[in-house]
Amino acid sequence: MGNQVVMELENVSKKFIMGEYYDSLRDLIPALTGKLLRSRKEDQLSKNEFWALKDVSCQISKGEAFGIIGPNGAGKSTMLKLLCGIMKPNIGRIRVDGTLSALIEVGAGFHPDLTGRENIFLNGTILGMKKKEILGKFDEIVEFSGLAEFIDTPVKRYSSGMYARLGFSVAAHVNPDILLVDEVLSVGDYQFQNKCIERMHTILRNGTTIIFVSHNLKAVGELCNRAMLLEKGHVNSIGETGNIIRKYTEIATGDTPGKKNQDAYIHKVVLRDEKAESVQFETGSKVWADVHIIARKSIEYLGVTFDLKDEKNFVLFGTSTYRLANATFQVDSESKMMCTFELDLHLAPGVFHVGIGLFNYADKKFHDLKTNATSIIIHSERDIFSVGSLNLYPKVTTNLPDGSWTSLA
Amino acid sequence: MQEYIREFIKYKSLLYVITWREIRIKYKQSVMGFLWAILMPIFIIAAGLFVRFAISRLTGKGLDFSQVASIAVKATPWAFFISSVRFATNSLTGNINLVTKIYFPKEIFPVSAVLSQFFDFLISSLVVITLLFFGRIGVSQYLLWTIPLIILLFLMTMGLGIFLSAANLFLRDVKYIVEVFLTFAIFFTPVFYDASFAGNLEWLILLNPVAPVLEALNACVVLKKGPDWSWILYSAAVTLAGLWMAIKFFKKLEPIFAERV
Repeated sequence: MGNQVVMELENVSKKFIMGEYYDSLRDLIPALTGKLLRSRKEDQLSKNEFWALKDVSCQISKGEAFGIIGPNGAGKSTMLKLLCGIMKPNIGRIRVDGTLSALIEVGAGFHPDLTGRENIFLNGTILGMKKKEILGKFDEIVEFSGLAEFIDTPVKRYSSGMYARLGFSVAAHVNPDILLVDEVLSVGDYQFQNKCIERMHTILRNGTTIIFVSHNLKAVGELCNRAMLLEKGHVNSIGETGNIIRKYTEIATGDTPGKKNQDAYIHKVVLRDEKAESVQFETGSKVWADVHIIARKSIEYLGVTFDLKDEKNFVLFGTSTYRLANATFQVDSESKMMCTFELDLHLAPGVFHVGIGLFNYADKKFHDLKTNATSIIIHSERDIFSVGSLNLYPKVTTNLPDGSWTSLA
Repeated sequence: MQEYIREFIKYKSLLYVITWREIRIKYKQSVMGFLWAILMPIFIIAAGLFVRFAISRLTGKGLDFSQVASIAVKATPWAFFISSVRFATNSLTGNINLVTKIYFPKEIFPVSAVLSQFFDFLISSLVVITLLFFGRIGVSQYLLWTIPLIILLFLMTMGLGIFLSAANLFLRDVKYIVEVFLTFAIFFTPVFYDASFAGNLEWLILLNPVAPVLEALNACVVLKKGPDWSWILYSAAVTLAGLWMAIKFFKKLEPIFAERV
């Protein structure tokens, strides 16, 4: 991975007007006369304006996969539009080195009356491919979409999934220097989504820089090495994807670091592998979760709970010190303690959230509960031959004679 | 301006594909298909003939074939002009998806709108040429002037289309105004009549920059004489100035298209 910077944002800010625009003459004429009297400054907001993005700076290097995440209204869409040049920032500068192609809302350029074949040419050209290039990749595109038999049907007769698949297939075969990717990876069924992610990895290996703007933490976690967290138009933080995802889940669930007036609270939760602190793990590897607790008063009958949730916050697994040791513990006032959970990560690639609770078994209530104390990102070098959140290391045997197996394709 | 033109040329394959799309969509799922491109000007010519016939009955003067030829020669480019302006006006609002999602020079939309109408114009021109051939209008060296005249008309239409497409994106009233304007424009343009028809007020008719072009086409094809140079120069000057301003206007507004749709 080179250090050559291919995209640079310098104090980029963009403002929008709240409420109605004047889009008919009747409204415009009185508005214009008013506007002429007032002079406007770019860095100041007038009455109805707000900053959709404020002071965003970052550098993206060649060959990097950079994620941009954030809650709704954080400015992600605005960011995308600025990056691909549809909008200009009010303040600041965006420097792009190389060709840029945007994989935004696949099929935006499709026309319903044209056939799949015609739309491939149309959309390919819109995304910046030359006719020769499209001809050369045509079969590959059709094969990727899996729509060979419908390729001469007008796309208006396609299902929405087919539509999106064809759109993604075209877009995924554009070879720009920088590729902007929107939520498009969440199209199609599970299988096609995996295919999309795989394709992204291939594109990355070919040296393309990918900027990925998404809500899909799993996809961001799998694809990106660095990410930016946007919050209400400001950059919350930029850094290694795992940490950024953890910060995101913190602001998303409103967890705040230990309230100081509690009798006891969870100071921090640290995940590590054999060697060092990390949030990224290979499927099947071991993780140690160190839970640091601070007690203000002495408390008896304490226990620490641990749970693991998938991306949709569905609890996959839960345990506690009480279950594991069949006993509670007690802490002294003004003391610190740490307990470590050791777990085998039999999980499929994706993002998982760890919840930690500090439970008092005497009065049956939590002293502290962090529903999203940290996140775990699971990677897999190889295909795990399965779908779902878990990795149960499947193998298969049958009593069929040899030769009963035929490979498809 | 050079920069705009350079970028526009860079995206020429996109211009080609969008134009092709417009042409393709227009005739898909229509039984008549490309026949429409021929029928529309025939309707306009028929309407013109009806008007001319009524006039000749009123004035008592006869109607000869050269007058029929004049109407065909003027009505076909006129049909191109009005359908292009109408189509170009809606070209940005009709492609909102692409305007707000993907970056490329957006004047491709109005220009391809005009180009796709120009394709129809070429087809209907074949009808007119056939008509002139069977009417034994004959040829002259002045026929060569039709090419620069048609280019002039094309640029004029393009300038207007570029301006109106952007204006319509910001003010949706524009398309209604354009509609009214186009409906009545035929009365103020010498399509069904000649500019000389207006007598002393001929200059007023010719102030409309489309008028000298139509008159000149008629002169070159039917009357076998050269165009009226002073008026053609006037028309060309208006066209170039208009096109330049339209592009400036369009490019100034282009960065805020995505915000204002």
